[in-house]
Amino acid sequence: MNLSRTPGPPDARADVSGFATPLVRHATEPYYHAIGDETGVFAAAAQSGLPVMLKGPTGCGKTRFVQHMAWRLQRPLVTVACHDDLTTADLVGRYLIIGDETVWMDGPLTAAVRAGAICYLDEIVEARKDTTVVIHPLTDARRALPVEKRGEYLEAPPDFMLVISYNPGYQSVLKEMKPSTRQRFVALDFDYPEATVEANIVAHEGGVDAATAQQLVKLGGLTRKLKGAGLDEGAGTRLLVHAAQLIAKGMAPAVACTAAIARPLADEPDTRDALDDLIRAVF
Amino acid sequence: MSQRKLFAHELEARLDDLLLLSLRQRSAKAPAAQLEALPRELQERVLHWAAVAAQTSDDLGWLIASLAAAQAADLGDEFDDWVRAGLDAYDRSGLAATRKALNDYAEACRSRAKHSAHGIAFAAIEGRLSHFLHALDGRPLKLATGPQAWTDSETLWLPERLDAMPDAAGNRGLYKAMAALLWAQTRFGSFNVDPEPELDLWPDREAALRWFAVFEAMRLEARLAAELPGLARDIADLRGPWPAALAADAAKLARPGATAADSLAALAGLREVGAGETPVFPHVGAIDPVAARRVRAARIVRDMAVLRRALNVMAATASKAGAADNPDHPPLAAEGGMQVPDPQADLLALPPAAREAAKSLMQDFGEIPPEALHAAGPGAWQPVDGADEPVTAGVTTQPDAFYDEWDYRRGSWRHGWCHLYEMEGPAGDREWVDEVRTRHAHLIRSIRRRFEALRGEDKPQKRQFDGEEIDLDAQVEARADRKSGGEPSPRLFVHRRRVERSLAVMFMVDMSGSTKGWVNDAERESLVLLCEAIEALGDRYAIYGFSGWTRTHCDIYRIKRFDDRYDAETRRRIAGIEARDYTRMGVAVRHLAGLLMRQNTRHKLLVTLSDGRPDDYGDEYRGRYGIEDTRRALLEAREKGIRSYCVTIDRHGADYLPQLYGPAHYSVIDDAKKLPRKIAEIYRKLTA
Repeated sequence: MNLSRTPGPPDARADVSGFATPLVRHATEPYYHAIGDETGVFAAAAQSGLPVMLKGPTGCGKTRFVQHMAWRLQRPLVTVACHDDLTTADLVGRYLIIGDETVWMDGPLTAAVRAGAICYLDEIVEARKDTTVVIHPLTDARRALPVEKRGEYLEAPPDFMLVISYNPGYQSVLKEMKPSTRQRFVALDFDYPEATVEANIVAHEGGVDAATAQQLVKLGGLTRKLKGAGLDEGAGTRLLVHAAQLIAKGMAPAVACTAAIARPLADEPDTRDALDDLIRAVF
Repeated sequence: MSQRKLFAHELEARLDDLLLLSLRQRSAKAPAAQLEALPRELQERVLHWAAVAAQTSDDLGWLIASLAAAQAADLGDEFDDWVRAGLDAYDRSGLAATRKALNDYAEACRSRAKHSAHGIAFAAIEGRLSHFLHALDGRPLKLATGPQAWTDSETLWLPERLDAMPDAAGNRGLYKAMAALLWAQTRFGSFNVDPEPELDLWPDREAALRWFAVFEAMRLEARLAAELPGLARDIADLRGPWPAALAADAAKLARPGATAADSLAALAGLREVGAGETPVFPHVGAIDPVAARRVRAARIVRDMAVLRRALNVMAATASKAGAADNPDHPPLAAEGGMQVPDPQADLLALPPAAREAAKSLMQDFGEIPPEALHAAGPGAWQPVDGADEPVTAGVTTQPDAFYDEWDYRRGSWRHGWCHLYEMEGPAGDREWVDEVRTRHAHLIRSIRRRFEALRGEDKPQKRQFDGEEIDLDAQVEARADRKSGGEPSPRLFVHRRRVERSLAVMFMVDMSGSTKGWVNDAERESLVLLCEAIEALGDRYAIYGFSGWTRTHCDIYRIKRFDDRYDAETRRRIAGIEARDYTRMGVAVRHLAGLLMRQNTRHKLLVTLSDGRPDDYGDEYRGRYGIEDTRRALLEAREKGIRSYCVTIDRHGADYLPQLYGPAHYSVIDDAKKLPRKIAEIYRKLTA
């Protein structure tokens, strides 16, 4: 994928480019196979300035979908992987002291607002609860980001768009999103694609022939039946693509699947052995 | 201990002593004679376990002693496990079951000894196989052991142990092949044809069934090859080539469209030319179409009922929602049949239970039979959820949970031993709480003041990228660095972060009979004061009472759940705490620790308010047994990250507390009247 990175916003009196948020512009189309009307809904939401929430299991194409849409809408993309220590300042920005100077450095969210980019907060529920509140003013009619430390009230340009994702599958009750947050978003459900479609995706992304791709998808389907019975989640499309990529590099299918699918999925001996049996059975 | 073996007369005397045999007109002569041959160490173990068992029941002790005499020599290292299996069986189902369990265990042990080192036991591969089959099938299949491999289409029976292959991998592969073929019987329609007319023509029905199983194995292997080529290859390697005489049949049955009817045709062909001896293949199990069809029919009836009920509910909802002009939900046709959004195509439209049923029907038939898609006419079916479950409305005889209990004498668990009932605490006198609050108004005020000061203490975090204040130390260092030509750190701020207390506290209140009077009053008053204090702090807390009457009546009373507010209702339930029965503590700790675990806080604390040691009516819980079990329960809680603390009003010293809670994790209050004044302070220290 060809990426070009433009450095962050103005205000760079000292050299702070190492801290700047990368705005990613995809030069070529990131491959994405639409399953339903998600591209249409997303584009309409983008035009209407509505934030979007992507729900679905891990590895089913949520991140790729956002990349694809950013390319399609010709907007830069800022991606933030949320974690449990993500603070408001991590999103909005902070003053840095560089040499004798105090330099304001935009956080990824502020950078995205300034640039009219798509800001994608991946796995939002992982972030600290108070962090999610800063996105609230951006998600309603105000469409603005108050940057308290600078006394700045940033109005989002029409091209700015907020996208969040979360995985309802393995989320515990302890990490539920508050209704006050949920109800601000247009939501799109993602799931593993249907077998023939998924085989096309695996073949395209992994660089393997159709027959191998079908076998991989078959294996993926078998592991998904074990969800809740040994596995927290079955193999996502991403794992299947990984396996395909290893096969394309000349690995034997069974070895590739063990390394790319069975081992990442399970530690528990019975489940691991059963996955090995499944791999053996499919190839 | 001297290494001299005990002689028969000594053994007889010891057994008689332990089991009071002479009172029961039993003689230990025979077992003693058998025990005499054993080494001293094993003799002592037999005597030890007989004594342990006798504490539960004399008959059990006698059973263990007499069976051990006969079997201990064969059991060797597994003797202890053998006894535990027996005691476990006794707890579950009584003496007869114990005898059977012990004999079975010894038998399994002996047969294991006979087998080669390469054999694989079913137990060793069960988990792996069940995951494998679950992934293939999508519904969990039951696995069980039986004398031969066969399936009734819901349970797969497999041999207890496989030894036919020269190495362990081979035996594992054989298990997998057997299981896969049995699964294939249910998956690829072995039971969709009625073989009876053909079987009736055979003089030897059993032989015919064996042949049928072989033909089906040929057909199913080919079906597997289409979907799971690797599995089919493994099976083919395992069996070797089909006998030449059967090659033609094998080829015919391997054709893509072949069904069980083709296997029957092959069977008929064989009958005409005359069947010889059935060839034996290690991976081909037996086939029992009668049993399978019976089970399948029952399942189909069940699934259809579920599906039709779901469709009926959908129809009812649709018509309620004014579906007449909704093209997606056409109204019921006149005769009660209906067109729903085609469930063949759109299983997602169905509720989960019905979706499972529909999938199951599709596996049985290949499609959903049209008759299942008719919701029965209006009135014939009531849309009732879970009507198949036993009706228990208003009956509270079913315990809410079963808990294991630790028996220190056995060094093992008594499984499902305690029957736990959880219920709402009764409401008490409203005036009582008001009276307590008035009486202690001054104390409450001072507690609140002290606790509010604790609330949300700010902790400065130094050397941050940003923050409210400048970190002088870091600033000075950075200056010095710059002067000396080094690169100064940009982390120059102090960030004040409000430190969340992130604490959940569970109060476990002793409601045993011994608390009657002063102690009970003190407990209730303390709880009122505690609630006031914790409300000021903002911690999450819950209050549960516990009491009980033997292991089958362990009661937990909800006074305040974590989500309940400290309101008038809660106060009345605090007032309603009263002295009841006994103190079986282990099960209460286990249950409440489980509730506490569901709290999303960093720290979890279990505080017990009690007036003495664990105790229960009649049985052995009083004394060391109860203390050991409680200790074990507290250890389990600690492993889960729950800290325990105990506040005890016990004038008798409470020497057992260090053993239960560890040093410095308990307070002993010698006078109940002091408890209310002390409790808030204890809590403050505990959580500071």
